[in-house]
Amino acid sequence: MQKLIAPLLLAFSVTAFATDIEIKLVIENHRFQPSTVNVPAGQKIKLVIENRDATPEEFDSHALNREKVIPAKSTASIYIGPLAAGSYPFVGEFNEKTANGIIVAK
Amino acid sequence: MFGTALIVFREVLEAALIIGVMAAATKGVPTRGRWLLGGTLLGLAGSAIVAASMEGIAQFADGLGQEIFNASILGVAVLMLAWHSIWMASHGRALAVEAQSIGGAIRDGQRTLSVLMVVVAIAVLREGAETVLFLYGVALSGSSSVVEMSVGGALGMVGGAVVGVTLYFGLLRIPVRWFFAATSVLVLLLAAGMAAQAARFLVQADLLPSLKSPLWDISSVLPNESAFGAVLHGLIGYDAHPAGIQVLFYVVVGVAIAAGMRWVKSRKKITKTTSKKYVHTY
Repeated sequence: MQKLIAPLLLAFSVTAFATDIEIKLVIENHRFQPSTVNVPAGQKIKLVIENRDATPEEFDSHALNREKVIPAKSTASIYIGPLAAGSYPFVGEFNEKTANGIIVAK
Repeated sequence: MFGTALIVFREVLEAALIIGVMAAATKGVPTRGRWLLGGTLLGLAGSAIVAASMEGIAQFADGLGQEIFNASILGVAVLMLAWHSIWMASHGRALAVEAQSIGGAIRDGQRTLSVLMVVVAIAVLREGAETVLFLYGVALSGSSSVVEMSVGGALGMVGGAVVGVTLYFGLLRIPVRWFFAATSVLVLLLAAGMAAQAARFLVQADLLPSLKSPLWDISSVLPNESAFGAVLHGLIGYDAHPAGIQVLFYVVVGVAIAAGMRWVKSRKKITKTTSKKYVHTY
């Protein structure tokens, strides 16, 4: 079984001087990969979500207070946090049954 | 089918609430029906265009074009609503009470109606574009038949419209004495809520600091995703766990519009008393 742990990439953001943590997510067959994402608490994080499906998806999280349409076959960025320690569920609103996941801040 | 209906309903709801409030707030302004309809149709046409060009919008500005686009059109709507509120503060009471326009108000009334049309068009466009994309996705994935999708979509749209119409007639039942004050406050809060939403998009794009996020969290009392929470979100920009900057935008825009309305009213009183004196001397 290939269980992917989210790669934590420390990258210098082009826009901000601060060091942002970048996390990559993939949408494929209306599912998020990985579906559980561990992030450090108390830091701003850039989610980079690649939609490999042929249909658009909407990243939606009430807990994170974020929503964004990700067109088919494209990549979108969403800034979240700094988060308090805890669990933050998210869904792909257009395919809620399969597209769901959780961000765990520690 | 019901899944489709529910999602379309959620998207339509917000626009329907805004149209309901704006229709009530412009009660008595002649030919407003035409402008409301015009705004809705413009918004629908815009939805299709935005949905079709979503890829381009999304790629723009390093993948943050969508946030900038949303924040910009919300900003335009806030400005329009502010203008509308302040204009209605000087003319609206007379229109609402007498249910007819007086003198030069007709000409000005047409101007506020074009503002109304833009606000309605923006409300429809924002929610409409998402609905179009969603239905497009459903159609493409073939997970449900065309009939199922159409029926679901239509059910959702009718459901949203029913809520908007109910709100409109509910607002009309407010006694004339309070009607103007009530609709003014609603429009003001609608504008403040849109400003807070614009701020949220700019935080999402990392163009604004969040200033402590969340500032508070009452999602255990009234979550955003509950029916009442969703209606309050559409009406007055309710958010169970807002970022500090959202609250700041909300308060600043709310106070600025209220101040503008007061200023216009006080100025009007002065003109009235001076013109009376003028008449008396004759």
